[in-house]
This record gives sequence, C-alpha cells and structure tokens, in this order.
Amino acid sequence: MGLEVRLKKRVNGFTLDVEWNMDNEIVVLFGYSGAGKSMTLQMVTGLMRPDEGYIASNGKIFFDSSKDIDLPPQGRPFGYVFQDLALFPHMTVKENIQYGANGMDRTERHKKTMEMIRAFHLDGLEDRLPREVSGGQKQRIAIARALIRRPDVLLLDEPFSALDNPLRLEMRGLLKEVRSEFNIPVVLVTHDITEALTMADRLIVYSGGKAVQTGTPEEIYLNPATDEVVRLVHTMPEYPEFLHSFGLSSKIS
Amino acid sequence: MDNSTLFSLRLSLQVAAVATFFVVLAGTCIAYFLARREFKGKELIDILFTLPLVLPPTVTGYYLIIIFGRNGYIGRLIYEWTGWTIMFTWYAAVLASFVVALPLMIKTSRAAIESVDKNLINASYTLGHSEFETTLKVILPLAKRSIIAGTVLSFARAMGEFGATLMIAGNIPGKTDTMPLAIYSLASSGEGAKANAMVVLLTVMSGVFLYLANRYSRRIV
Repeated sequence: MGLEVRLKKRVNGFTLDVEWNMDNEIVVLFGYSGAGKSMTLQMVTGLMRPDEGYIASNGKIFFDSSKDIDLPPQGRPFGYVFQDLALFPHMTVKENIQYGANGMDRTERHKKTMEMIRAFHLDGLEDRLPREVSGGQKQRIAIARALIRRPDVLLLDEPFSALDNPLRLEMRGLLKEVRSEFNIPVVLVTHDITEALTMADRLIVYSGGKAVQTGTPEEIYLNPATDEVVRLVHTMPEYPEFLHSFGLSSKIS
Repeated sequence: MDNSTLFSLRLSLQVAAVATFFVVLAGTCIAYFLARREFKGKELIDILFTLPLVLPPTVTGYYLIIIFGRNGYIGRLIYEWTGWTIMFTWYAAVLASFVVALPLMIKTSRAAIESVDKNLINASYTLGHSEFETTLKVILPLAKRSIIAGTVLSFARAMGEFGATLMIAGNIPGKTDTMPLAIYSLASSGEGAKANAMVVLLTVMSGVFLYLANRYSRRIV
C-alpha cells in the first residue's frame, strides 16, 4: 500500500517539481501557502494535469506522461477531502455519504452508508442538511464520504484550518483513529507546524514548488536541511515538550 | 368571454407552453455548454442567441422568414420534401416565441450554472461520478431555482410575443391570432370593450408570472 508521485507543472511563472513515495503511513506535506502542496493533491486526484510525471499506487498507474496514461478523477481510487469540505448543500448528511458509494448496488450502498454513519458518530443526523450540523460533524461527514468506497489513499487538503483549537485537536485524534481503523495511507496537507510535527509519520517539507526535505518529524526538527526549514520548523516553540513526551528530548542540545 | 377571446387565450397558452418546453430543453443545454466548456467562438454563439432580446421583433421575424419561409434556406427544403410550410400556422407562432424567449432562459441558466461552486463539481468527480451524473445530481439541483425562474420568464415572454409572430404566423382570426395579435386587431377596429378585457387579462397573468419568477430567483439555496 502506498503512493508514488513524480510531478512537473508550470503555471503562471510557478514551477512545481516534486518526487516522493509513501508506504502505509501518514505523510504530511508541509510548507507555506503557495508552495505547491494543494496543487500536488489536485494532480494526484486527476483534477489538474501535470506537464509530465508519474502517479501510481499499489502497482496501478494513474498518470504516466511517457506512456500517455491519464486517468480521469473518476478512475482514481483516492479519497479526497477538500479544504472547504465541499459537502453538497442540497443533500442530507446521509445522501452526502451515500453519494460516495458509487457503483455499489442498492442494499450494499445503504448498508455501507449506515456503517459509516455509525463509525463517524453521525447517528441521528442522517436527515439533516450540512448547514444544520456543527463544524466537527461536517468534517466527519466529509471524511466518511471520502472513505466509503475504501480508497487506496486518503488525501486531505488543510481540512482543519478553519476550526478553533479544541476542535482541531479533536479532529487530529479522529484522523489518527481513522488511519488505524481503516488501515489506509493518509496524505495531509498543512501549513500548521504543530499539526505537521504531531501528525506525521513522515514529513515532506515543500518550498517554492520543491520538496526540500523529507524525514520523520524528529529528523527534520533535529537536522533541518536548509535555513528555510529551520525557520519553518522553529515556529513551534512547544516542540521540545512534544519530543520529551516521546522520550526524545535527550537528542536536543 | 366570447368564443374568439377564449380561442385567443387558449392559443396563447398553447403556443407559450409548447415554446417554453423547447426553450427549457434547448436553453439549459446551451447554457450548460456556455457555462462549463471553453471553445472557440463561445461568446459569438452567446451573442447570436441573445440578439433576439435586443433586436426589434420584426427583424427577428424577418430572419425567420429568410430561414423558414417557403423560399427560405431551410423552409424550401422542408417544402420540397413535404409540401408543407410552417408559415402562417400556429407552429410558426411557437417558433417565433421560442426564438425570442430562448435568450432569457440562456441568460438565467448560464449565470446559475456558472455560480455552482467548482469544488462541489470536482468533489463529485473524485467520488466517481461522471460529468452527466454530476450535472443531474449536483449542478442542476443547485441551479434549479434560477432555471425555474428562467422558465417562468420565458413563458411570460412567449405569452406576450407579438412582432415576430405577426411576421411569420400572420394574424389569422381563429387560426394564429394569439392574445397580443387579437388585441391589436380589436384596437385597430375600435372594439374597445373586448380589447380592454384581454388587456387586463394579459396584464394580470404577466404580473403573476413575474411575481413567481422573482420568488424563485430570490430563494437560491
């Protein structure tokens, strides 16, 4: 299980040029806005076409410019959670989740939908519209909708950036639960260093359209590769305590 | 109401209903392509379909004669194959109403389709739904209210169509005299009382349609 990504794309003077792989883990794409993180996800999902590159997961190729392979978004097994969640405002909570269960027969679709509603604690909200539920519930609907088809990889584009702090912590916990329960690789895009360091199994630091450093949060915090990574990473003052809680504080000196 | 008034009322409703049916079909499709596709000559097509909104109806009618008249580009072919011409039939009234009402439908629907959040469309794609399914289940439901408003406006416009209708359907009593045409005849022959009744009827009906159109277009979810 995993994902292989190699992308090149020029748009309006900006050049994205990245290459990375992941296994069954949480990978965080971290960097300032405009570094190319969201663009990477859009290309992986097929919503944007790279100039050249290669996108594959589990031995299946979804994009290969050298072989003229370019599957449409419908043909790619990725669950994508949009930054604004993109819940359908005219569909109920249940209909939103069920909409993700494309290609299943009626009874299976209903069964899976009810399973997801239970798994994401949305019981009792089935017939509400998205605007009638809370921010945290909206997040859970979006994740449930993206997961119902059992995608190969779950991709999230800054999903928690609009939430207040306590809710954000709760959602990070939820995402870790999802990851272990569904046993699915997760790519999380964020510009929040705390989120990046606490969520990532592996961190990919983006800057100016390039992946400037890849490693575990500890590796990157302890040995930032460039001055820019130093600046990015050290904006999180409480990180030493975080390392301490993992018994790693001795490495900092 | 006497028989001729009743006939005109029935004919107007019939013409407007048939024209609106085709306006909704063609108008939403054209609006969809104008809103969601990039192609060469797109704005030219938009202008072409919008022209009847600003041209004098007699000019629109004149074009329709050139195209669909018995010696017209398309009309001649039809006449050669079938011996039938659309001119001076109630179908011609439908055609005239269709052409003048279509731009109203295209304008309102195009704006509504363009205003559907692009992320919702993309979300539908990433959830495995085709463009067609996405149109039916996401775009059209979200643009529904404006499309209904456009439909009502088109119907009202079709009911009130006069100039182009006069050019290609004529004003034949008991055959092609829709309400606006009948009012014209009554007024010019000095039958004020009958004209008054029809004028009031048409005004009230149009007012109701506008009220409905407003109600729908304002409550966009």
